[in-house]
Amino acid sequence: MKKVLKTAGIACTIAMLASSVASAADTFLIGGVGPLTGAAASYGVSVKQGAEIAIEEINAAGGVTVGDTTYELALQFEDDQASEDIAPQAYNAVMDAGANVIMGAVTSGACIAITAQTYADGILQVTPSGSAEACIENDNAFRICFSDPEQGVAMADYMTDTLGLTKIAVIYNTADEYSTGIREAFEAEVAEKGGEIVASEAFQTNDTDFNAQLTTINGTDAEAIYVPAYYQDATYITKQASDMGMSLPFFGSDGWDGVLGTVTDPATVEGCIFTSPFCASVDDEKTVAFVEAYKAAYDATPDQFAADGYDCVYTFKAAMEQAGSIESADLIAAMTEISVSGQTGDPITFDASGAPIKDVKFVTVKDGAYTFVE
Amino acid sequence: MKKYGKQIIGCVAAAAVYAAVMILVNGGFLSRQMMSLIIPVCMNIILAVSLCMVVGFLGELSLGHAAFMSIGAYSGALILKSGLPTVAALPLAVLVGGVCAALLGLLVGIPVLRLRGDYLAITTLGFGEIIKSVFNAATPVTGGAGGLKKIPPVTTYRNFTFVYILMLLVILLVSNLVKSRHGRAICAIRDNYIAAEAIGIKVSFFKTMAFVIAAFMAGMAGVVYAGNIGILKPVNFDYNTSIEILVMVVLGGMGNITGSIIAAFLLTVLPEMLRGLSNYRMLVYAIALIAMMLFNNSPLKRMLVEKHNMRQAGKIE
Amino acid sequence: MALLNGILAQLLNGLRIGSIYALIALGYTMVYGIAKMINFAHGDIIMVGAYALYVFVSLLHVHPALAVVLTIGFCAVMGITIEKIAYKPLRNAQRLAVLITAIGVSYLLQNLALLIFKATPIPFGSIIRVPSITVGEITISGLTMVTLAVTAVVMVGLTLFVNHTKMGHSMLAVSEDQGAAKLMGINVDRTITITFAIGSALAAVAGILYISQYESLLPTLGALPGIKAFVAAVLGGIGSIPGAMIGGLVLGIIESMSKAYISTQLADAIVFSMLVVVLLLKPSGILGKLSIEKV
Repeated sequence: MKKVLKTAGIACTIAMLASSVASAADTFLIGGVGPLTGAAASYGVSVKQGAEIAIEEINAAGGVTVGDTTYELALQFEDDQASEDIAPQAYNAVMDAGANVIMGAVTSGACIAITAQTYADGILQVTPSGSAEACIENDNAFRICFSDPEQGVAMADYMTDTLGLTKIAVIYNTADEYSTGIREAFEAEVAEKGGEIVASEAFQTNDTDFNAQLTTINGTDAEAIYVPAYYQDATYITKQASDMGMSLPFFGSDGWDGVLGTVTDPATVEGCIFTSPFCASVDDEKTVAFVEAYKAAYDATPDQFAADGYDCVYTFKAAMEQAGSIESADLIAAMTEISVSGQTGDPITFDASGAPIKDVKFVTVKDGAYTFVE
Repeated sequence: MKKYGKQIIGCVAAAAVYAAVMILVNGGFLSRQMMSLIIPVCMNIILAVSLCMVVGFLGELSLGHAAFMSIGAYSGALILKSGLPTVAALPLAVLVGGVCAALLGLLVGIPVLRLRGDYLAITTLGFGEIIKSVFNAATPVTGGAGGLKKIPPVTTYRNFTFVYILMLLVILLVSNLVKSRHGRAICAIRDNYIAAEAIGIKVSFFKTMAFVIAAFMAGMAGVVYAGNIGILKPVNFDYNTSIEILVMVVLGGMGNITGSIIAAFLLTVLPEMLRGLSNYRMLVYAIALIAMMLFNNSPLKRMLVEKHNMRQAGKIE
Repeated sequence: MALLNGILAQLLNGLRIGSIYALIALGYTMVYGIAKMINFAHGDIIMVGAYALYVFVSLLHVHPALAVVLTIGFCAVMGITIEKIAYKPLRNAQRLAVLITAIGVSYLLQNLALLIFKATPIPFGSIIRVPSITVGEITISGLTMVTLAVTAVVMVGLTLFVNHTKMGHSMLAVSEDQGAAKLMGINVDRTITITFAIGSALAAVAGILYISQYESLLPTLGALPGIKAFVAAVLGGIGSIPGAMIGGLVLGIIESMSKAYISTQLADAIVFSMLVVVLLLKPSGILGKLSIEKV
């Protein structure tokens, strides 16, 4: 055991030396932490790919100039399997490689599992998609996406105030922090606005059969169904609802983005509305360029996670330029002064708590394509 | 002298490992990635050794070890969060965590007396899933799916000494227990419970005892886990976690404590060592697992073991 | 009336999911009964079956009927290969050793699928199109009827096969006592290989029906139904072919009833509590036979 540890130690020391040599050639290393394997793999893969697109763009345009040095961006992305147990190792692996900033973790729980360490290390941490409030508790942590309660409240206001719905059913994942977090805020806000939650049905991660929940909702006088969950769940729920002949309108959280790529029949999600800062089929110049570059590189349409990863990299770039240095403390101080023109918001600024300030947007599916709700 | 030979070797080895780790950590020889593995390795050794007692020595398949761990982790974490000074809170948390887990072990021990083999395995798996569901639903106490957060980091690698001593105690307890009168009774039940019963061994008592002790130790490991990670989520204690511990025990050779320790170390470090393979990491891990199992039971290994034994025999002569 | 309709609708929901559990449990029980091992990779063979069907139908544009046959064949061959490489060398080792290897195989298959097909779910429309029937206010989906019919046919077929063919008799003999079976001139290795082929073919059928029902391909799709079906097989009495069917249906119905009338949050806890209760009352499952050990 001793020998193994020693060999490992020596190997790692060599690796560290090698990486420090590399950074002498003016490389700015972004350390990514997120799931690349396991059930949540698709989120981590999207973030990584989105970030890679941004890095390529920036490097092709000559890198980032800070003072009189020009840095080339690089990404080392380590797999945490979306697990709290493995995230610290993944984080320490990128720190061993000499990461200058941390992009991650992609999922909330894993993110919280490393915040204490990133804080102790004093490094700038920006999570692209860790939406739990505790992710950005420390001064060094920022986030690109909305927090869970913000989304729930925004949707509750929209449904009750704008659409005048009063009787709402909810289907949420009881084993998932994101889903339960949005649900709590949503139900509280609906009650505040005088609406009524007629059914609040739970499911578990990896469940694929929602007929029992839908049958129960069918027996109530609900006017709409709110599903704060991910697109896989939404795919099953909308399909099974349409098989049952239910015609209630569906509302969702930003996890719904990508749902059109996984449904077999777009008619099942026609007319649904969800909160999402990003919509791949919008035809403004910046989005089109990103979607095309992403398609060319990975043969897939970018989802919101990819957009978050992309914006994360541009946030780092802006912070570097604003700070005029790559020291962690300077970068962190610069975060509240920058304004990023990103995919998920234009402009995105950050407040002192680490939360992004950008507009909540609603996306709907119309004629089998996403469009923003006007 | 001969009688104590093994124990002396054990003590020397334990001290040497401790010294080596301390030198590596304080001397800055270890990468941060490796340092973050120190506590998980100790924790997995506790879990593997405790499960080894149930699976290896009692001979009952348990797929719910993570449930005992979760009870310990949650109850211990609540104590750690209560604001007592660490010196008092940590030992108390470890004790309370262990006791709570042991109580659950007693509860699970009841069906154990009636069920055997795969029926018992699925019951323990069921218990684990029930507890996971309850933790998810009991939001006011456990934080629900969001998890129990902000647990003071009291068992990180900086507190290695405490965790290491705990681990040594567990190893010592189990290895002495199985050599004792009670341990022989437990092994007798494994080998032939009818014969064991016939010669007057209280099968029910010893089965329950093995379960309760194993649960107690798993509960303590849970507290170590809580103090290291800082956040507890029910999902992390599902049957996959139980299976991972079981893999360590079986890979180490059932009923072989040293084997369990080595396997726990290897299986914790291996996935991290494979990081360089990026996307192929878990694939290689799976292949390595199958290959190790096949090797463990291959004629090649048997030949090597026999050769080794012959050499040892030769030395004695 | 509304209440009655609600209960009926929930019962049908239970049958829908239960029939899938039952079909998977049949494969579990088959392998367990003869080879005496819990094949943890069974759920992942379902996943392989689902992906194989997708490859044949959507990528290679094979006719669906032929694709079904090819998928079943592919999984059967894969089952045999896995058995030969990973399980056979361990035949004389402890039973748990094989269990762990099966877990390794399960990881292997999941990660292979992840590398080949990536993590994003792939939509794949059902190849089975049967109109649903409406009786009064109750609608029975066509696919549920197909799944139930297939499960019933498979159960009867397996029972007949095991009890009335030469191969079936050798399987029974191997399951009773491998050593004695060998002495009676039964080729134990071949019998076990064929058992795995049948088990994997059943998993393929389950995969085809599962994917037709839920229409979304994921590398981890087999894990949860796999573990639920394992529970179902134990509930029914592992090793018993009719038991697997009953166990699957009972599990499905308990699940949907507790979701509908008790709590969706605690549904899993209720299902597993029922399992524990059943096993405490009847330690070898609903239809399992209690083996009396002779000294």
